[in-house]
Amino acid sequence: MSNLIATLGLSAYFENPKTSFAQLGKSLLIPLIGLLVFLAMWEIGAKSIHTSLGVFPGPVAVYEQSINLINDHNAERKKEVAFYERQDKRNEKKLEKDPNAKIKVRPYTGKPTFFDQILTSLITVLTGFLIASMIAIPAGIIIGLNSTLYSAFNPLIQLFKPVSPLAWLPLVTMVVSAVYVSKDPLFAKSFITSLITVSLCSLWPTLLNTAVGVSSISKDLQNVSQVLRLNWFTHVMKIVLPSAIPMMFTGLRLSLGIAWMVLIAAEMLAQNPGLGKFVWDEFQNGSSSSLGRIMVAVLVIGLIGFLLDRCMLFLQRKVSWDKTAVLR
Amino acid sequence: MTQPPKHLELTQVDIDFPTPNGPFKALEDVNLTINKGEFVSLIGHSGCGKSTVLNIIAGLYQATKGGCLLDGKEVNAPGPERAVVFQNHSLLPWLTAYENVELAVKQVFGKSKSRSEMREWIEHNLSLVHMDHAMDKRPDEISGGMKQRVGIARALAMEPTVMLMDEPFGALDALTRAHLQDSLMEIQKDLNNTVIMITHDVDEAVLLSDRIVMMTNGPAASVGEILTIDLPRPRDRLALADDPTYNHYRHEVLKFLYEKQRTPDSPKAEKSTEKEKVAHKTPVIKSNSEDKAA
Repeated sequence: MSNLIATLGLSAYFENPKTSFAQLGKSLLIPLIGLLVFLAMWEIGAKSIHTSLGVFPGPVAVYEQSINLINDHNAERKKEVAFYERQDKRNEKKLEKDPNAKIKVRPYTGKPTFFDQILTSLITVLTGFLIASMIAIPAGIIIGLNSTLYSAFNPLIQLFKPVSPLAWLPLVTMVVSAVYVSKDPLFAKSFITSLITVSLCSLWPTLLNTAVGVSSISKDLQNVSQVLRLNWFTHVMKIVLPSAIPMMFTGLRLSLGIAWMVLIAAEMLAQNPGLGKFVWDEFQNGSSSSLGRIMVAVLVIGLIGFLLDRCMLFLQRKVSWDKTAVLR
Repeated sequence: MTQPPKHLELTQVDIDFPTPNGPFKALEDVNLTINKGEFVSLIGHSGCGKSTVLNIIAGLYQATKGGCLLDGKEVNAPGPERAVVFQNHSLLPWLTAYENVELAVKQVFGKSKSRSEMREWIEHNLSLVHMDHAMDKRPDEISGGMKQRVGIARALAMEPTVMLMDEPFGALDALTRAHLQDSLMEIQKDLNNTVIMITHDVDEAVLLSDRIVMMTNGPAASVGEILTIDLPRPRDRLALADDPTYNHYRHEVLKFLYEKQRTPDSPKAEKSTEKEKVAHKTPVIKSNSEDKAA
């Protein structure tokens, strides 16, 4: 018995509850050690890789570059503020001379910083994902409820699902430039192109998972619905949706993950503003700090992808009725 | 003798299920008449089509031949006047006990009762099954017996003409089951509604029923014998344990199940027509078909 307790690592707890703090420390310490070992190996390994743009960036270089990127961003912001201040002063002077003078406010046209690019990418991915979900969830419910529709659409879904969205990109670009013609467009063409590409690829997992979730409602609950003679709307709201929510969220999380990965690639390929363009520009720039900056972008892309998934998980916890379900 | 007005009537019901090897006949020539306020149990070996009979009455299955009449109207779709208590409670896991009953009450009385009347009615039904203390709990927060109680409350709240129970206590432990059986007897005495219950449990069948319908083995199962339980109510399980009449009925059912319908390939009791208490010992016919439980 005591052996068992010891192997479970509980002996310390039984002997002295205070040591549970030590256990907590242990649970933090081990990932920390793992991280440190990784960083050390990265630093050593990076030093031995020589490229035409210098040494491969290690953690130190990455840290330096991230500081640089923050400084760049702040400098750019200061420039912008100064630009508008100058402009305001000029305009005031003009008004003093002639109160009826026409005032032109020119927008600042500085180069977008790393953080501007992050924001652009985030807005694009979230909008694209939202549009895709707004199409995929209702469509998935309808297809899932009707087996005839399901068999009609299933081959199409299966055909389009594995298509890399980058294959769509040229088509989307051409169609957008042909159709989206406006003198004063509300959104930039590049934004629309990225948006449609992201939507096209994040449609399928949600659609398919929702359809499967809806069509696999337990027979018992369907019988309940029949005995109660629930109408179609009540049936969907009270029985179909709640039982399909776990599958639906599986689809949504897959979609969002794919959307984020695709967006970066699409931005690189199509030179649309965003993180992908930042990476590509740095690559083309080819300065000694470029590789470090790209590495910062890589880490940030990973971090944002992770945070997006956590957000979906949080949302699922909020929406799902089954609080005991293990979500990972 | 004048015929009492027929409440629920199954006449010459056959049902075929399509299978890759052609249609599978689950029921053949099922005839059954049930009176208002009667408590009828269906008993038989697994896969003999008890549930199929219940589902036909519920309207969830359609008979291939013959049909089911309730108060002179043909049954061809499910409806709340034939409420079902499902074997595994079938509560909606995302709704509380109260909300589960509310869903049913809103469907049935949404137009005829006011909000406060509905609230009162839901609470009344939950207190009938002694679940008023856990109204705001979700199904995963309560025990199996409590879930089944809520399932019964949901069925009762629909004020059904016939209450159909598909092995309602099958998944419960013996103590909980005894408790719920007593509750059910009390409720049925008060409300006097018709109950049709499927069971595997001989004691349960004898204790609760006015009549026990014993079914022959499938395929092409039918009504084997019908046993009228002439025991005074209220029935007390302890007093009945030593009662010779009770034990006689028990014995009758066991004899049917374990002698006449022992295994799927054993001699099969000849199908009797719809006569009550047909305990005749006619020569048995050999059935060499396999037990393809539906």
